[in-house]
Amino acid sequence: MNFCIWFLILAVYLVWTPSAQAHVEQGQAVGFVTGLEHPWSGLDHVLAMIAVGLWGAQLGNPALWVLPVTFPMVMAMGAMMGLLGIPVQGIEIGIALSAILLGAMVLGEIRPKLYIAAILVGFFAIFHGHAHGTELPPGQSGLLYSMGFVIATGVLHGIGITIGTIHRWPAGKLALRGVGAFIAAMGVFFLWQAII
Amino acid sequence: MKVSHHIRFLHKALIAAIGLLFCPSVAAAHLVTTGMGPVYDGIGHLLLTPEDLVPALAMALYAGLRGRAPGRRALFFFPFAWLLGGLLGLFANTMPIFPVTAFSFLLLGIFIASDLRLPDHAFTVLAAAVGILHGLLNGIALKAGPAGLGLLGIMSALFVLVAIVSAIVVSLKPPWTRIVVRVAGSWVAAMGLLMIGWFFRVQG
Repeated sequence: MNFCIWFLILAVYLVWTPSAQAHVEQGQAVGFVTGLEHPWSGLDHVLAMIAVGLWGAQLGNPALWVLPVTFPMVMAMGAMMGLLGIPVQGIEIGIALSAILLGAMVLGEIRPKLYIAAILVGFFAIFHGHAHGTELPPGQSGLLYSMGFVIATGVLHGIGITIGTIHRWPAGKLALRGVGAFIAAMGVFFLWQAII
Repeated sequence: MKVSHHIRFLHKALIAAIGLLFCPSVAAAHLVTTGMGPVYDGIGHLLLTPEDLVPALAMALYAGLRGRAPGRRALFFFPFAWLLGGLLGLFANTMPIFPVTAFSFLLLGIFIASDLRLPDHAFTVLAAAVGILHGLLNGIALKAGPAGLGLLGIMSALFVLVAIVSAIVVSLKPPWTRIVVRVAGSWVAAMGLLMIGWFFRVQG
């Protein structure tokens, strides 16, 4: 059965006729890859997004999925604000504070009400979206860039949630709080960089 | 036993299909010429145009989330509405200036993410509206190329796509799998918001 499936995939791939275009398209696939790479390009973003996943894993259901659902949607709103030219002050400071506060939440294993956690995550998502969502290189597809950008963000949350599964073991709980402390400490460093 | 066997096959087929969609290729928003005739040109147009493919997948995911009966309804209403819209589009002359497809992303994404339980008739209207809207845009775009046969190809591809994806979602039993679908919906909504932003950025 498996052989049949793989043979079918191979056959479809081999007969997949390359598109004969009326003119040469440029930047479309690159737009997706650029969007996919962008959230990974800054350690401050990476740590904050992973922290969202970690915190969600610590809090358990329904925060486990509410936070990673809230973040990309509000982040897109932040990006849209940037695209519309609506300024947001102190972007770098906001991003650094997101790492500090989200790291601190993981460190202290703080359990606020769900809506408070969602508001906190959503508030910081605006800064991340505003900073990253608007940086499309010329000649690339905005939609494909957005797709890559949103998917990469989701993957980072997924990594956080996966790491957060160690929370079920006593040693894992401790390790998770250690990761939170590391993220918060890095946030202080980012804040210092943003202010100086 | 036989049913679970088929479901496993559908899971693998979906993974293979997703893999193929991410093969390096040109994602063309304009007409795609496969060299295999207008029907395949239409299929190629759907599969290589994210503005159409993502909402079609989102509609299938939402239909699957809603259950068997809405899934069956979407399976027939959605492709036929798309065809109807496409036929209307063949007689239209101008493309809308605003990216109306962004609203399909946004609306369907929010409905999936919130797992909104629309009444049956509202769900049917939604499937028909999204189908007609995208079909209309396809009809205008395909007028200069594969035209009616291209639309037929799109409708056939949609039927298969909705059947496979919604059937897989209906078959999902563990709660976390439905959450994965809802997370995917939030991503689609986020893309819709960004599309609206990009539109104004370009216009500005």
